[in-house]
This record gives sequence, structure tokens and C-alpha cells, in this order.
Amino acid sequence: MSETILEVKNLRTEFKREKSYVTAIHDVSFSLNKGEIVGLVGESGCGKSVTSMSIMRLLGDTSGKITNGEIRFKGRNLLDLSEREMQTIRGSRISMIFQDPMSSLNPPIRIEKQMIEAVRIHENCSKEQARKIAADMLHEVGIPDVENTLRSYPHQLSGGMCQRVMIAMAMACKPELLIADEPTTALDVTIQAQIMDLMKKIQKENGTTILLITHDLGVVAQMCSRVLVMYAGRIVEQADVHELFYNPKHPYTKGLIACVPKIGSDVRRLPSIPGSVPDLSVMPKGCKFAPRCQYASDRCLKGEPDLVLVDGRENHWIRCYLESKDQTM
Amino acid sequence: MDENLMSVQDLVKTFEVNKGFLAQKKYVHAVNHVSFDIKPGETFSLVGESGCGKSTTARLLNHLIRPDSGKILFEGKDIAALKEDEMRPLRSDIQMIFQDPYGSLDPRMKIQDLIAEPLLIHTNLSAGERLKKVQELLGLVGLSPEHGERYPHEFSGGQRQRVGIARALSVNPKMIIADEPVSALDVSIQAQVLNLMQDLQEKFHLTYLFISHDLSVVEMISDRIGVMYLGTIVETAPKKEIFAHPLHPYTKALLSAVPIADPEQHNERVALKGELPSPVNPPSGCLFHTRCPYCTKRCREERPQLTEVSPGHFCRCHLMESA
Amino acid sequence: MAEESVVRQSAEELPKPKSPYKEFARKFLKRKAAVVSLIFIIVLALVAIFGPMVIRYNPNAADYTALLQGPSPKHIWGTDEFGRDVFARLIAGTRLSLSVALGSVVVGTAIGIILGLLAGFYGGIVDSIVMRGSDILFAFPDILLAIAIVAILGPGVINVVIAVAVFTVPSFARIIRSATLEVKEAPYVEVARSIGCTNSRILWKHIFPGTVQSMIVNFTMRIGTAILASSSLSFLGFGANVTEPDWGTMLSQGRNYLNTAPHMVLCPGLLIFLTVLAFNLLGDGLRDTLDPKIK
Repeated sequence: MSETILEVKNLRTEFKREKSYVTAIHDVSFSLNKGEIVGLVGESGCGKSVTSMSIMRLLGDTSGKITNGEIRFKGRNLLDLSEREMQTIRGSRISMIFQDPMSSLNPPIRIEKQMIEAVRIHENCSKEQARKIAADMLHEVGIPDVENTLRSYPHQLSGGMCQRVMIAMAMACKPELLIADEPTTALDVTIQAQIMDLMKKIQKENGTTILLITHDLGVVAQMCSRVLVMYAGRIVEQADVHELFYNPKHPYTKGLIACVPKIGSDVRRLPSIPGSVPDLSVMPKGCKFAPRCQYASDRCLKGEPDLVLVDGRENHWIRCYLESKDQTM
Repeated sequence: MDENLMSVQDLVKTFEVNKGFLAQKKYVHAVNHVSFDIKPGETFSLVGESGCGKSTTARLLNHLIRPDSGKILFEGKDIAALKEDEMRPLRSDIQMIFQDPYGSLDPRMKIQDLIAEPLLIHTNLSAGERLKKVQELLGLVGLSPEHGERYPHEFSGGQRQRVGIARALSVNPKMIIADEPVSALDVSIQAQVLNLMQDLQEKFHLTYLFISHDLSVVEMISDRIGVMYLGTIVETAPKKEIFAHPLHPYTKALLSAVPIADPEQHNERVALKGELPSPVNPPSGCLFHTRCPYCTKRCREERPQLTEVSPGHFCRCHLMESA
Repeated sequence: MAEESVVRQSAEELPKPKSPYKEFARKFLKRKAAVVSLIFIIVLALVAIFGPMVIRYNPNAADYTALLQGPSPKHIWGTDEFGRDVFARLIAGTRLSLSVALGSVVVGTAIGIILGLLAGFYGGIVDSIVMRGSDILFAFPDILLAIAIVAILGPGVINVVIAVAVFTVPSFARIIRSATLEVKEAPYVEVARSIGCTNSRILWKHIFPGTVQSMIVNFTMRIGTAILASSSLSFLGFGANVTEPDWGTMLSQGRNYLNTAPHMVLCPGLLIFLTVLAFNLLGDGLRDTLDPKIK
């Protein structure tokens, strides 16, 4: 068993809505091993971004609050750290890239200055050295004209270029964990393919652990070794990528995989999941997926199942009564 | 001669940029000599990446903007040159579904008023008759009559898109232009909306022009597909043909870039060089030559024509002309 | 399979609809200053309507036995140089001052909205004419402009209304124009065009409602300004007839007795101050309540 980089235990995050608190994520537990790419998939509003923001402790300005659980990064609980200690970890040991590369860069400042700043915050070096590191990183992420790019302002670069710059910035300090929140969603497919290749290359060469948050099962299938499926703030299934795609157990995962149109399959109709994702403030009782689930029984409507191992499998966890007979209510 | 419901001929649209004082005028070549035909009852799709001019084409066909030159024949009549007042009666035949389910419904109007709006403009129905029709339409798209009393902000993205579809259907159009109707929706909702669109097509013999960047969605819904790059169509063919035998290097690259939702299957990637050129200064010769792995001297100098390679399969590439 | 896409979505799935008015009231009630201001304005309006019917003294009745008296149980806010009851005159003046302000802002707003909508919607030459016209009016200080207009038209209540309305127009035209430009770009306006709405329908049915919020806020604030302006005009002698009770006129008359009878300036001055403040605070409160970005 390889080294565990990140271990999240029973994480619960709540948001303030007018007077009451609503639970955005509930009882989320998972761990990431060194050098693997793990996918966190789900539809909008399922809590995947809240999970990443909780790990980075960036919820401060959105009135969100972590009310339970532990986030252990190499054994240390991030929730116990002071804001100052957290700052030294952010960016240097855990980096994050966001969905919208354009708005993650500061528009009136040249790429050069932003990158040098980012490097110097975490690395004790001169401006010239920092610029050298920045240039090397840009070269590494496949930017053809490094000097020109360094002197550009963000708006002069295309979306794909900006995302490369963001990745270069995130990688400049050789973080151990990279959290990529929908890094290719805003990009065209041909550019997405390039960015995906780049992330794989980084993972291979530096042994970086990547938590890839996405809604695109295609990206997951091509990139990840393990997958966490989230629904309504809970992890509903967790398995190796092969196991998940070929032997999905949770009805939600099954539905999700079935409703992705596949090129070359020549179908005109797709199965779909009826209904829509429940609103945080009006969560159904019992299993959160039960109202949309065609197999739901009385039991599913009353009690909520725990995340348990699938019978006879080693690394396949599921939050469903149907597949785990030993669960009691 | 009118076997085509809509026939687009040599459509050109440029936008002025850099309007600054004393600045040299520059033009974005958004739509660059585009031609295609749509037959009654079929679904024709335009695919391409952002900035390829597919949405501009949709707006041109719906007369929201005017082309610089070219013809748009709808049932044999050129609508490109019509004035807004002359176009209005035809609008009930050509309806549009928009991409943004959040912005495209007026937040201050009730759902039933939104759906009834085309009826108000194009028919003489009384208020009661309109309401009856609205309730019928709500049922048709899988919503219930009570939804009509609500305001758009109470709806999810998928439900709003259903409202958009109900509204487009209210005046029994012949053709619906759908501009990225599902790209803002989650996959499970996407499938619901796509299935609904296909059901309605069967039921009302609708003709769709479907605009999307998502090849897998396009494959599901289309009969014929046109691939756009930098404002031109580089390849058109029936769906099966284009997925089985893509000819243009850009189409091949596009197809190979789509990640397959199967961990055991991997695409043989056709890698593209460089970046998308700016539509302000499109490259000389073949528009794709700057990124094409098979670029020759001729490609750099001479713009290829759209030629029929096999029946119904057109491709704009020098390599295919010689083959 | 064909049935699947038409799965009924029951209405219960939606969260209970929140009445937009209730929501508005709930947010508004959180803003104490605005609520107090609103109460003050309501009281003032009631006074303007019913006040003259209930006061003890005739505001124009002179009492030469009680000249320039300070506040006393008999005349709670004292009397002026003709022995008229200041309190009675202020109450009577409320009606005049408020109606002048309201009238001028209503006229100014109506014209401003129409000009702003047309300028924003049609752009081009219409826009240039309206906006350059506004710029010219903006180049004059408000009060100077009003004085010039009243000087040309002659003094009198109606002319004050016109003068104040004139300098209300450009600020409204600008605000409505920018709101129009913003709403015009909303996708639903393009949708409206695609289904065949005429320009006038798009303008009145889809764009105008989108500008109402900024209109309400500005309207409220402008009433404060208008009260100040009309009082200033009266103070300078351009307003109502000297014999009529008006806040500005009273202030002007009291100025001569600042040393002997300060209450003659203090009472109307305080009232003008409080009223203008109340309208501005209410306007602020409304803006914050209506702005979706502020919770």
C-alpha cells in the first residue's frame, strides 16, 4: 500500500441560508494515495466544489462552515492549523486550479509578475531566479513562445493558454497535491485533450497526486485510476475506474453512465434519470436519491444508508441498501 | 425544386472591431461563405469549437442579425433581405431555442405568459384559448399546469429549457433552430431534453437546425452534420458517414479529442498544432493550414472548394480533391 | 421508452413559491434607518393631507398681541412677526412643499424615463441628442438652472414645479438609459425578438420592467432633492406667494429675526433637513433591498 497523502474523514460542511444552516456536504470520507489521479464526479450542486474548497479551507467568504470531520494532509489535520500555517500549505504543498482560467488571473497585471509573485511567496529566491522558474514551468506546460507569453496580459491569451499558465503557476512550487476543479470544462475539446495530456504528464513525471473534479465521465474514464461519485452532498459510490464503469452498483452511477451519449453507438434515444437534483434546503428524508430511483423501496425513503463495502469486493464502496444486504437500519 | 425547407447560399457576415477613434477598422470574419441545405423533417447539425461562427449562423437564419451578403431561402423565399416587419409573419414558422436557460426567460413574467407570448403575437386567440393552449403545451413538455403560475427563478435549468421548447412549439413552427440547447445542462438532464426534442420532432414533423459543440450529442440527434472551422463549413455528410469516415483533418482531430467514457478504450489522437488563428486575420489559402498535420504548399496558397467526395459527403480539402 | 421524456414533473418538487413582496418586506424591515424614514414620510404625508383640518389656528390669521413669541403651551412652536402660529404654518406648508416636490419629480421622471428608454433602446442619433442635451443641462448647477427657469417664467408654484422638473429629467434619462442598455443585452430580449415581438412590445413589456428598480430608488432620492430645491427657490423669493405658508418662504422670513426669534428659522429648517434626510435614507434602503447582490 502506498503512502496516503490526503485523508478526509466524515467531513460535513454547512452553509448559512437566511436563518438556518443547510448541509452542503455530509459524511464525506475518502483518501488519496501518492501519485494517483482520483476523479470526483457528480452533477452541478452535488457538493464537489464545496469539498475542494473545504480541503483548501477557502470557504471563509462564502458563509460556509466545516462543522464536523477531519482533513489529514500527510497526517496533519488541516482543520487544526491557523490561517497563517494554512497559507504556507496552500500553493506550495496543495495547489488548486479552477474552472475559469480567465477570471483566476488578475487582468491588469502581466503574466510575468503574477508568476514571479506566486513563485516567491513559497520559494525563497531572487526575482531573476523566480522568473527563470516561471519560464521553465511555462515551457514545461507546452507554451510555444515563453518570452512573449510572460510579457502578455491575461486577456491577450486564449482560454487554453490561460489554463496552461494556471497549471504552470500551480506546479511551480512542486505541490504534492493538485486539486483541479473542472479544469477543462470551459475549454474546447481539442484544447481539453491537450490539457488532459499535460496533467497526465505532470502526474507521471513529478508523482503529483491529483484530485480531478469534473462532471464529464469521459474525462474521468481517460484520466483517473479511482473515482468518487457524489450526489446531494454525499459520496454514493467509490471504486477503481474499471470497476466503476464496468460494474457500477449504485442506481445513480448506473443512470449517469447510461445517459452519457457515446460516439459510434448509434442510438437515437438515451435513458435518462427522471427529476432533478434536490435543493439543499428541501432535502428528501432517507436516501437522497430515492425520489429519482426506480428501485427505491420503503426502506430507502425512511433511512439513509451508510457508505459500505460491496459484498465480495475489496475497494468498492457504495451508499445504497439494494447492494449491501448486511446494512441494518 | 423546393425539396429543401431552407437553403443557405454563400452567407457572409463580418463584425467591425476596434471602433476606437482613429484606429484602423478591422473586421471579424464570423461567417465566411457558408452554404448548406436543410430538408423538411431532418435534423441538420452544425458543430465546431467556440468562435467558429455556428451561433452567428443561427442568428443570421433567424433574422436576428443581417448578413453582409448571401441568400437564405426559406421555402424558396429569400428572407435575408426582408425588413423586420416583412419577416414577422414568417417568424411563426421559424422558432428558436436558446442556450442559456437562465437568461433566456424574462424573470419578471410568469411561465404561462412567457409561453403564450408567441400566440399573442401571431394568432388571434382569446386569453382563455391561449391559456388552454399553454396548459396543453406544458403537458407536452412534461410540466404540469400548476407550473404556469410560477416564475422562472423557481425552475431548474432543465425545466426552463422545457419552457423554452414549449414556447417555440406554441405557434406550430415548421423549423426550430436550437442553439446549444443542452450544453448548460447536467448530463442526466441533457438526455431528458434531447429525448423530448426527438419525440416532438416525430409528433409534429419538425425540422431542426441543431447547433452544438458536443459531438456525442450531435451524433445522437442528427441526420446530417456540418463541421465548422473559422466561419466556414469544412465538411458535411450524413451522420453515420462522418463518424465512420471523417475526411477532413479537422474533423478527424475533433473526433479524436472527445474523451470516451470507457476506461478501456482510448482514441488515437490526431494532434493539432498551435492555436486557433484569430478570425480578424484569417490565414491565407486553406483556413486550417496553420494547424493541419498534412499541410502542403498548395494549402498555404489556394483556398480549397467544398467538393463532393462520395454521395452526400462534401469536404473542403485539397488532399481529398486529388484523391 | 417514448413515454420517458414526458415524465410528469409534479409541482411539489419545487420549493414553495416565495411571494416576491413578502421577500422584499422581510429584507426591507432589516434596514432600520430606512424603516424609520418611511414612517416619518408616512406621518408627513398624513399631516399634509389631514393636518390643515385639525390644527387649532388659521395659518394666515395674524395676532398682533403675540408677535415673535417663543414656544409656549399656547403656541407650541411660537409665533412669527405677524403673530401667526409657526406650527400651524408649518403644517399647512407641508402640503405645499410636498406637492411641489412630488409634482415636479413625477413630471421629471415621466419625461426622463421616456427619453432614457428611447435613447438606450434605439441608440445612434436619438441617443446622441438625448445625451448631449442632458450633458448641457448637467453643466449648470441644479439650483442655478432652476433660478434661471423661474426667472424666465416668473415666480409661482407651477413655475417652480416646471423648473425642478427640468433638472430632474437629465439625471433620470441617464439612469434609465444605462439600465436600458444593460437589460437590452439580456438574452431574453433577443428571445423576444426571435419570436416576433415588435420594438414597442420589447421596449414596454420586456425592457421597461427591468428598469423599474433603479427608477424607484432614484425617484425617492430625487424627492428629497426637489424639496430642497423648491424650498431654496421660495427662500430666494422665486416660489410661492409670500403670504402662503411654505417652508422655504418661512425660512426666508425668519432670517431677519435670527437673533430675537431663532425658532422661526429653526423649526422650518429642521423640518426641511429631516424630510430630505428621510427621503435619502429611504432611497438608500430601497437600493440595498432591491439589489440582489446585497443580502
